[in-house]
This record gives sequence, structure tokens and C-alpha cells, in this order.
Amino acid sequence: MIELSVFLKQLMTQAGLSAFETPAHAVIADAWRPLVDELITSKVGSLHGLRRGRGPAPRPRLLLSAHMDAIGLMVTGSTDGLLRFTQIGGVDPRILPGQLVTVHGRRDLPAVVVQPLDRLLPVAAREKPVAMEYLFIDTGLPAAEVASLVRVGDLASFAQVPIDLAGDALAGHSLDDRAAVAAVTLCLQELQYGSHAWDVWAVASVQEEVSFAGAYTSPFEIRPDLAIAIDVTFAKGPGVSDYRGFPLGKGPTLGMGPNVHPAIYKTFNDLAEELDIPHCLEAMPRHSGTDAFAMQVVAEGIPTMVIGIPLRYMHTPVEVVSLKDIARTGHLLAEFIARLEPDYVQNMRWDE
Amino acid sequence: MTDRIKTLKSAPKIGAVQIALLEKLSNVTAVSGDEGEVRQIVLKEIRPYADEVKVDALGNVLVTVHASQKPSLKVMVDAHMDEVGFMLVEAGEDGLFRFETVGGIDVRQLVGKAVWVGKDHVPGVIGAKPIHHTTPEERKNTIPLDALRIDLGPGGGSKAKVGDRATFATQFAQIGPSLRGKALDNRLGIATLIELVKHAPPNIELQAAFTVQEEIGLRGARVAAYAFNPDLAIAIDSTPAVDLPTWDGSENCVYNCRLDLGPAIYLADAGTLADPRLVRHLVATAEALHIPYQFRQPGGGGTDAGAIHKQRAGIPSISVSVPGRYAHTAVLLARLADWQATLALVYQALVRLPADILSLPRE
Repeated sequence: MIELSVFLKQLMTQAGLSAFETPAHAVIADAWRPLVDELITSKVGSLHGLRRGRGPAPRPRLLLSAHMDAIGLMVTGSTDGLLRFTQIGGVDPRILPGQLVTVHGRRDLPAVVVQPLDRLLPVAAREKPVAMEYLFIDTGLPAAEVASLVRVGDLASFAQVPIDLAGDALAGHSLDDRAAVAAVTLCLQELQYGSHAWDVWAVASVQEEVSFAGAYTSPFEIRPDLAIAIDVTFAKGPGVSDYRGFPLGKGPTLGMGPNVHPAIYKTFNDLAEELDIPHCLEAMPRHSGTDAFAMQVVAEGIPTMVIGIPLRYMHTPVEVVSLKDIARTGHLLAEFIARLEPDYVQNMRWDE
Repeated sequence: MTDRIKTLKSAPKIGAVQIALLEKLSNVTAVSGDEGEVRQIVLKEIRPYADEVKVDALGNVLVTVHASQKPSLKVMVDAHMDEVGFMLVEAGEDGLFRFETVGGIDVRQLVGKAVWVGKDHVPGVIGAKPIHHTTPEERKNTIPLDALRIDLGPGGGSKAKVGDRATFATQFAQIGPSLRGKALDNRLGIATLIELVKHAPPNIELQAAFTVQEEIGLRGARVAAYAFNPDLAIAIDSTPAVDLPTWDGSENCVYNCRLDLGPAIYLADAGTLADPRLVRHLVATAEALHIPYQFRQPGGGGTDAGAIHKQRAGIPSISVSVPGRYAHTAVLLARLADWQATLALVYQALVRLPADILSLPRE
């Protein structure tokens, strides 16, 4: 039995930067192994877990995708034992000064991102956010030791420890998108206690933050009849007040837009209403910013859906998410799966 | 006869016990004006060794250890207990608090940090607008303080109140030769001064001042120096090691001081011109005993000496600091060896302090 808070804290503190997902992969594989019939790793590193359905073969296939990669930093050089770096995924350099990180050198090194005083910077770069090219990582070790332990290309991941906040909220790094991996895991767990007609392929995808390499390739291999991206979305809070933000702790969002098949949206919306699961409609006018964007156009095209878990301060080391919203997302997915009829896709209609 | 311990009079050393005390000191919070957590630790540590202990009107801890020789100079040794941090100033919805900074904090250092709020160290975070919602133009500008909030989580409003102080939530760590913590400015000085009280030199009247409100204008030291009325004073603090490479690889001529080179002896800062007799004495002590030392580059900044030296009719003063990188951010990084050398230098200088030092020519 997986306890959400314990599992998520273990998962979110794994490194697993885009294209280097192995540490997260291992933790997820351990959690999924007892919950699935088959566990496969794709050519680019995505984890595929298959739970076979009870319906007659050939069974329709559902793909649940939550990306396991995280944003972070990569070492580009060093001067006097201080490391220069670039980003993996979208990192606002303004969040970096003073951040604790772990440099994954020949061994893991605790370190901190530092901003040189203005007087060491070009005049034009002073008294404003310091560009990433001028920031350093300081390991606190002598230069000779750093030279022997760290090479160009080594990764650095955020080291902020998870923080329990009020109201069942959890703060920390990489909750984007490990929170969704946890929701999928809860869904798989709940599926143990019922039966479902469809084959369910749970996918922990790779490289969402960079190229969607996982989201383009896993559906090609699995060829699902229907695919759902589970990702974090923006919670209302400091810096987010417009339509793109949703209340924290008030349930998942159901995406609506070009990356979403309207019939699946309607099924989820009706189901959430029926089950009294709080939810919001999330308008996604263009690119959904999720694996659904890629999955939808794999092979001859796949009907897709997006479910969002509201999260504050996305892409900072203090992302905040509500454990309740993760649990609700997992439950909603499990209920959806349990009710999927073998001919669901054949009966999907365009609303026109 | 007091009940203080008279036996431990050997030279102080920094080992595991002292590092553990520094860890405790660094992890508690004592934002200027709210120094209680450090004060309690100081009082507990020094009581068995002190002849007189007083907590004054501002919260300074004033400790006297009498000389066992005569004549003796009254020497005020100072270290400030307070640290820079935050105060909650307005409660918003949903556990979000507006806050102000206390002491010199670069607002560029605030974003994306975990914090501890109030006496119970309630955990919170200072978030930022997601990069996805920012424009390249926007990212050229610093996020202003009034756009930031301390977030305690949904419903967290009942866990803190306006007026509570907060600090960065950085746990102390020892990493290789380095020490890392949120408040090593100036818990390094506090831990040093505690050791000096425990190993008080017999030749001086030691007036140990654990002061408040240094970071907001040297206010504790001013009244402490009045109360003690010392013959001379030494402030122990932490000073920035700005010893990073310059952006273009040219020589860094504005390093202030450097890690690994030992205690930084002050000649001149924005508040004080160090008494030349005390400079000469510290240097002579270091040279004689092969204790590493460096001169802090004359320039800006300051210590409690800025308030002490012009108290009453004037108090010859000097400052000695442990070099530290990244002061007033979530993480200050210092070297254990520099701290050890700082304690050694100040202790040995006190033990060897000539009773007639103030009769020597100034120049």
C-alpha cells in the first residue's frame, strides 16, 4: 500500500533531469512492479507499465502519461573551483541565487548557486537580475578537489528538501511532474480493487521539459486508442491571478482546447460531477504544454485528454501542490478506467 | 567566591563540540530586534563561567569575567547576536503573508526559498511567478519585494501573525573544509566569544558583549559600550570574502578578503578607523605565533566597532572577522580553519595584551 506523502517525497527528491531520468525511473519501477502485469523500458528511457484488462482480446488500450523528468542545471566549465553552468529545461535565472543544489560528479556534492557581487560583473549587468552565464555553483571544496570530482556535462539538481505546509500542501522541487506520477500510481493502486475492460498502459515519460521525446515515442510503441496526459497546471497565488490559474486544493483541472478530444472532456466532466469530485475547466487555447501535445499527433493521430494538478511557483525549487488534488486525480482516473466500455472510442462523437 | 568554573583556563580550541554549538546557533532564528533564541543559548553556555551577567534594556547580554591579575585592562569583546531576515507585515488570504526585509538583504536573493516563520519555525516558502507566465522583457527586471509573499499553505494564516519574524530555512552543514549556514554572520562571532568567556584570559577584565540590532545600525553595541565603559574593544564579526573570479577573468582587485587566508584584520571600514596600536598588536601576535591572518581591504561595510569607538570619551577599537562568502543570503559559506585561526588570534592577542598598550604612541 503506497502512502502518497511518503512516496511522493521519495520520488520528488530523486534527480532525474531530462534525458537522465534513471534515478526517478528506479523509484517508479519499484512502486509500479506489484501493480502491473508487465514493466518495459522504452528505447529512450520511458517506463511503460501494463495492466491487462478483463475484456476479450484484442482489447482497446489506454495510455496514461505523466513525465518523470525534471528541470535542473548542467556544468559547462569551472574557474578557481567554481562551476559555470547552463540549464536543462526552462529555468528562470532569477530563482537561482542562493539555491542549494547537488552536483552529480564522481560522487554527489552538496553545493549552492551563487551570485557574484555586482562589483565583479560588467557595469551593464549590475543592479538587475544576474544572467545565468555570470552565476557560479560553489561546492565549498578546494579547486583541486573540484577538478578531480566534476567534469563538464555533469548535472546539478535542486536540493531543496520537501516541506509540509498547512492544509495538506507539500512544497519542494520537481513536483512538476512527479506529483502526476504519484497520481497515476494511486490510480494503478485503486485499480487493484476492481476490474477494467481496457488494457491500461501507465507511462512515466522522459524529456517532456525539453523535446517531448517520451510523449512522441511511447504512444508509437503502445498504439493506444486513447491517451491522457496528467501534468501540473498553474495554481492561483502570487504572480498568477488570471484565467490561467486555478485554486490550490480545490481539485484537478480538465483541459479543453485543441490538444483535447471534446468527447473525452465531456466524459470526464460528467464523471467528476457524478462522483462529486471538485474540478475546474481549464481553457487551453493553443499548445497545452503537456505530453498531450505530442501524443495527439503520433502515427495516424490519437484522441487525447489533459488533466491538470494545480501547483504554485512552477519551475522553482519551492513548487507547492495539494496532496488532496493528487489523490482526487488518481481516483478520477481510476473511476474513468473502471467505467470504460470496450466500444468507448467507437461511440465517441464530435459535438456538431 | 563565585561558583564559576575557575579550572578551564587553557587556550580554547574548536572541535566537534564547538561546531555542534555553532550548528545550533546557526539554525535558530534571531532577526534584529528579536534575538531571544540566541540569547537563551548564550546565557546557558556562559553562566557557569561568568562573574557577572546582565541582560540590558535592548536585550544585549553583558558578561563580565574578572581579571585575576592587577593591573588589568577592561577589554570589551563584542559579537552581534542578530541576523538579517524578514518580518510579516500583512496577512493575506489563504496563508499568504506580505513581508519586509530586516537588515541588508538583496531582494534578488529571496525568490524560490524556503523560510522559517515565528518562534515555532513554521515552514513556508517564497515563490515566484512561473517562468511560463513571464516575458523575456519581464525577466530583465528584478521581482520587487511587494510582489513576493511568504506562503504557509492553504489555511496557514492561523499558524503565524503579523509581526512574526522569519529567516531563510537553511540547515547548517559541514562540507569538506567548509561550514555552511544561514546565519554564520555572526554566529561565528558568537561561538567565538562564548569560547573566550569559557577560557577568559586571566590578565584582563573580560567584558563580553553579545549584542542586538547590529544589522540595523549597531544599536546594541552603542549602549553596551556605554554600560561597560571599557579601556579598549575588539569586535568579532563575519566579513564578505568577495574572492570569486571576475566576469572577464581580469584580476579581482576588490575581493575584500579571501577564504583560507585566516582572520581578516580591519584597518578601515565605513564606520571605523582601527586603532593602530591594536592593529600592530594583533599583527605582532599573529606573526609571533604563526597564526594566519590577512588585512581586510580598507573600504565600506562595518562592524559594532563603528558605534563602540565613539562612545563616551572614546574607546580604542578594532575588528577581526571570519571571512565568509555570500553573507546576507540563504547560505553563508566559511572555512573551519579560518574560524579556528580567528579564535586563536583573538585569544592569544588578549593573553599577550600589554597593560600599557594605550600608553604606546599611536603612530
